Amino acid sequence: MPDETVSLILFSGTDDKLQAASVLTVGAAAMERKVNIFLQYWALDSFRADRVLKDHGVAPEAGEAGLGAMRDQGKMHWSDLFRQAKDLGEVRIYACSDSMEMFHLTLEDLDPMVDGIWGVASFFSEADGAITFI
Amino acid sequence: MATTEITRTIDARGMACPGPLMALIGAVREGTLGDVIEVISSDEGSKTDIPAWVQKARYELIEVVLEDGYARFIIGKTR
Repeated sequence: MPDETVSLILFSGTDDKLQAASVLTVGAAAMERKVNIFLQYWALDSFRADRVLKDHGVAPEAGEAGLGAMRDQGKMHWSDLFRQAKDLGEVRIYACSDSMEMFHLTLEDLDPMVDGIWGVASFFSEADGAITFI
Repeated sequence: MATTEITRTIDARGMACPGPLMALIGAVREGTLGDVIEVISSDEGSKTDIPAWVQKARYELIEVVLEDGYARFIIGKTR
């Protein structure tokens, strides 16, 4: 059985969701799955070169205790995990052209781990299975 | 199994998932054919993740030893 491509749409730009997405990506890459990631809205904003390492907050349900638990776990930063995933396997990260326009961005404004800019149709042309929206 | 000589040990205790697996993958990549790598992990996920990866990547899982609060995985770089 050939392995399907893992297609992730990252919409939320909070650190908890990006952290979870980066762990999924590393795991998929380790298991030799191709991963395509599409960055929209607030996730795209978090991938701006000058903002990657800043505090992007967490989802409201985390609360004070949840935030503390997350920090205590001492994981690698999500940006490092995405880089590790790219080093490990076939992982491509694309910025949504529409969100790029919304923020008036060019590729140079983004972290170098972003491979390029895609329209929605390009993303779907590469998505051969289920799509996960985070 | 009597004389498996470990060529490298990685103590990944305290690392959160997927840290121990990533450390193992790094060691296997750097290693040479015939290496026997030991990973020590306290991460619960490693108990299923490391065997799954070893099988997928077609290396050999020589032994898993469950200790108190952690596990030791012995992996052979067989190719």
